[in-house]
Amino acid sequence: MQTKENAMTDTPSAVEKPTDPAIESGLERLTPERIRQVIQQVLKKETGPRFKAYVETCMRCGLCADACSYFLSNDRDPQFMPAAKVKNTVWQMLKKDGNVSRDFLRRAVRISHLECNACKRCAMYCPFGIDIAYMMLLVRRICHKLEITPQYIQDTVNSHSVTLNQMWVKDDEWIDTLQWQEEDARDEFEDLQIPLDKVGADIMYSVIAPEPKFQAGLIYQAATMMHAAGMDWTMPSSPGWDNSNMAMYTGDNEISGRIARKFFETAAKLRVKRIVMGECGHAFRSVYDMGNRWNSWVMPPFEVVHALAFYHELLTQGRITIKEKYKKKVTLHDPCNVSRGRGLHDKAREVVNLVCKDFVEMTPNREHNYCCGAGGGVINCGPPYKGERMVNNRVKAEQLAATGAEVLIAPCHNCHSGLEDIIQHYDLKMEIKFLGDLIYETMEKKIYEPEA
Amino acid sequence: MNSFIAFIMGPMVWISVIIFLGGLIFKLVGILGAVRQKEPYIYSYVTLKHSLRSIGAWLIPFFPRSARLSPVYYGISYLFHILLFLVPLFLASHIVLINEAFQISWPALNDSVADVLTLGVIAALIFFAVRRIRVPEVKYLTGAMDYLLILVVLLPFLTGFLAYHQWVAYQWITVIHILSGELMLIIIPFSRFSHMLNAPLTRAYMGSEFGHVRQARDW
Repeated sequence: MQTKENAMTDTPSAVEKPTDPAIESGLERLTPERIRQVIQQVLKKETGPRFKAYVETCMRCGLCADACSYFLSNDRDPQFMPAAKVKNTVWQMLKKDGNVSRDFLRRAVRISHLECNACKRCAMYCPFGIDIAYMMLLVRRICHKLEITPQYIQDTVNSHSVTLNQMWVKDDEWIDTLQWQEEDARDEFEDLQIPLDKVGADIMYSVIAPEPKFQAGLIYQAATMMHAAGMDWTMPSSPGWDNSNMAMYTGDNEISGRIARKFFETAAKLRVKRIVMGECGHAFRSVYDMGNRWNSWVMPPFEVVHALAFYHELLTQGRITIKEKYKKKVTLHDPCNVSRGRGLHDKAREVVNLVCKDFVEMTPNREHNYCCGAGGGVINCGPPYKGERMVNNRVKAEQLAATGAEVLIAPCHNCHSGLEDIIQHYDLKMEIKFLGDLIYETMEKKIYEPEA
Repeated sequence: MNSFIAFIMGPMVWISVIIFLGGLIFKLVGILGAVRQKEPYIYSYVTLKHSLRSIGAWLIPFFPRSARLSPVYYGISYLFHILLFLVPLFLASHIVLINEAFQISWPALNDSVADVLTLGVIAALIFFAVRRIRVPEVKYLTGAMDYLLILVVLLPFLTGFLAYHQWVAYQWITVIHILSGELMLIIIPFSRFSHMLNAPLTRAYMGSEFGHVRQARDW
């Protein structure tokens, strides 16, 4: 019994089914020397005392378990608890000094890319504040260097690398899309403009590539709000407009840094006062928290304003007024990168209450909200993994169902897509919306005039 | 035998205290130096205010949500850590020894109170061991080292309890008590017991990341 259990716990429990061609072909190319060399390089050269302290200090108390939506959704299966994910990746790599097998790595890719959203909720449940998300990103970094990153997310990084946007949007398509939205929006405001490359504007508005690719309506809405609020704003016409950053989640720090650098340089070229971004969490994190560091800025070189904070500003300053509050019962999902990541949850609630009549909280909420199960690059690993993503976030479905709300507000792209899948899979009778959708729907379509 | 006892009650006490304190100081200096060399950004992000805010929040009993989700374990663990320091430092017979050596003393715990508290420490350690066996997620993480660490703490308290009551082999029990106490001090800097030093540091860092950069709470 004892030996069987050890065999189960010391080595990855189940051999993964080979499903992902990028992982499989990557694994085939690997030699034991290469594996050892990369693991040693990342774990020894790219880390420091912080990593050492995390590894040395964990007392195996198990308090992180209850933080993790994967653990809770899988009937408290221990292998989904945060510390177990470290045990089955980093601890083994350290113990074996990098001499790990392909089967081990196949499991490590899955653990780090598909069983952790890097939401950092567990860091709030560890008495020592051990940052397990950081260690999972280290494992992804190793996978990246070993070239065994899952195919779909690797493709987004390839796109970033070539086009500096996530979705292979061509330069002319980008401008076309903006002009198309401008034209459409002129049905509502006849002189509405999406000003391109306006040097010296107050605001550079920036979105993630999925918006022009398949959610162009969001750009329309944002343009309407900017116009109605009388903002002095602009959007860049050339690469640097996309603030998303999937390379941040594959451990391709070099490309991740390049994306953030280009983004800041674009803002600098336009000499804007601040950057406002759409409702995306990871993109926000990639510029206010990660990209700046890689490029040696302690804090971002520009004021970076997330849509939630921006809506709050527009509504509380009366630049946008609500004609009639939204009537349906709504609930609000706190995305990790804007609540736990930036403390915007209270502003978000103020905005929701300004816009909606009937707001009900889901519990737990704010910093303690359950993860959407999609962010951190998980949904970007693509359709092959959708099924397990649904199983792995049952707890979210239960949390949503308990609210009895008709509408779920998810102010983050990854959360939005992931929760849409959850709603469908668990047949929750809910609509899902961005906060911007509701503001657009309820706002007065008139142009702000400052009081004389 | 007498000279052996004289050694473990004299020079060996010095040696273990020096290794314990010296080891922790050496470790701290090592960490701070390595941070400067390899991760100097940490100094840019750690703020005293947010470090203390986070450490403070985690010191308030049952304040963090994590603690409220596991109230029994957290409560026992919280008391255990207090007793771990309180009992040895305020035990009358320890204070007598220190008074003999340095002519200093401080108020002692009543002996029978100390006796009950010692049993409390022992009970907590048994609880930790049982928890490692019974709670699946803890069991999954547990290795031989975890039981060994429990044993290292258990020995001085158990033998102290037995020695106080003088039920059997008083002298031998006392020898084991002294040796195991010294052993515990010596291995602190070299084992996961060094969380005594590391935990405030990792907490300070995470507290600063949350408070300073993320503008959110981490409890």
